[in-house]
Amino acid sequence: MTLLRPLIVFAGLLALWQIFVSLSGVPPYLLPGPGQVIVTGFDHAGLIAGHAWVTAAEILIGLALGTLLGGASALCLAYFRSARPWLMPILVISQAIPVFALAPLLVLWFGYGMASKVAMAVLIIYFPVTASFFDGLRRTDPGWLDLGQTMNGTPLAILRHIRLPAALPAFASGLRVATAVAPIGAVVGEWVGSSAGLGYLMLHANGRMQIDLMFAALFTLALFAVALYFTIDTILRRALLWQADN
Amino acid sequence: MSLSDDSSRLPSPLAARIDNATLTYGGRLLFDGLDFALEEGLWTCLLGPTGVGKTSLLRLFAGLEKPDAGQARAGAVSYMAQQDLLMPWLTVIENTVIGSRLRAEPPDYERARVLLASVGLADRSGDYPRSLSGGMRQRVALARTLMEDRPLVLMDEPFSGLDAITRLRLQSLAVELLRGRTVLLVTHDPLEALRLGDRIHVMAGRPARINKALTPAGDTPRDPADPALLAHQAELLARLTAAADADADAAATAAAAAAAADGGPG
Repeated sequence: MTLLRPLIVFAGLLALWQIFVSLSGVPPYLLPGPGQVIVTGFDHAGLIAGHAWVTAAEILIGLALGTLLGGASALCLAYFRSARPWLMPILVISQAIPVFALAPLLVLWFGYGMASKVAMAVLIIYFPVTASFFDGLRRTDPGWLDLGQTMNGTPLAILRHIRLPAALPAFASGLRVATAVAPIGAVVGEWVGSSAGLGYLMLHANGRMQIDLMFAALFTLALFAVALYFTIDTILRRALLWQADN
Repeated sequence: MSLSDDSSRLPSPLAARIDNATLTYGGRLLFDGLDFALEEGLWTCLLGPTGVGKTSLLRLFAGLEKPDAGQARAGAVSYMAQQDLLMPWLTVIENTVIGSRLRAEPPDYERARVLLASVGLADRSGDYPRSLSGGMRQRVALARTLMEDRPLVLMDEPFSGLDAITRLRLQSLAVELLRGRTVLLVTHDPLEALRLGDRIHVMAGRPARINKALTPAGDTPRDPADPALLAHQAELLARLTAAADADADAAATAAAAAAAADGGPG
């Protein structure tokens, strides 16, 4: 039932689109109907899949690296007070500079291949992951820490059994945001300079007025992004079942 | 039950004591050369106005605060707070053995099960804290405290968040299960202190002083309907009122001194 409702909404939107295209008489090289997009998608399934694989890899690697880096930064911020004044500016700068402005530079440095797109994705998710996780680590109930201290807990065990699980809900909201924006990083990277990936395919198709192919690539990207989001969200929900409001 | 000071009793070995301790908290001098000792195997209850430093004294015993001067000796303690401090991500039994987890020791589930049974929660060991009532949660906290098996138990108003009946039951359970241990109970409730305390102290003043103990006779937990207990309650309330008045006077004097300093020569 929870899956059915979004599907109904989605089908309704597609129907509206088809009706609009049929009634308005917009030429298909400007706006193809969803039917045509689907047909084109299946015709070029191999091509799209090849490019989708590249983009998916960029997103997943970027997400993994960005989460690791953000998690490590948050732990440093939480545990080394003296490091805070040094790390905080980096954190803020990483968010203040628009990643879009950095994209050409990253392509110049890391090349046309995957590395520059992974770097984009990492940059775009680093801030939400670090900020939320740090916030969670900082808000550990002092009563739990007192309890851990009177129980003669080791610092590592207190981190593992108290501070990390206590920070998990905050970390989860950061990771959800990261999952939603990571594809943006990868695709922007592909637009700036690449020879593979769904972003590249979209730009390429657009330049040749193959709008149906562009839409098919866009659909694939959206489908992957949504599937990724729901997968991560489900995993996080399972891990946070203990929360009272779930 | 007679109102007697502890002088009639032979002093027993001192389990935990604070000697000549000075503590400043939030820029305020809480203790100045404070001495206080707990008697082994007895329940000591500590009453006093809010903000007088009862919790700080407990934290000194727990080693969670260090005195600016003097010393606090208590050895191994376990600690029960007003909040049950259960970890919501752990089941009841995992909460009970959290101490061993934190010391990276293998947990003794068998003993944890016995203790959970003794607090009446044998059938809830796999549940998460969110599905338990406040009284049940505090019983898990009690099982966790017993699991630590420490000679000194420090309690900071562990029963104050509970309804009257649950509180009475949990008090009796705690007395039964903690028998033989040294207990320091901080409370706001004179009746609670009279039900549970072998020695009852009132803490008052800035810096705080602790007066001589009130030592009600009879085994704990005492019957709340006992007329002697009610008579003691009147005495205790009188002491608490005096303490609160002294506190207000001290605050007024401090304020007047500050005003005089502000408006000094000029």
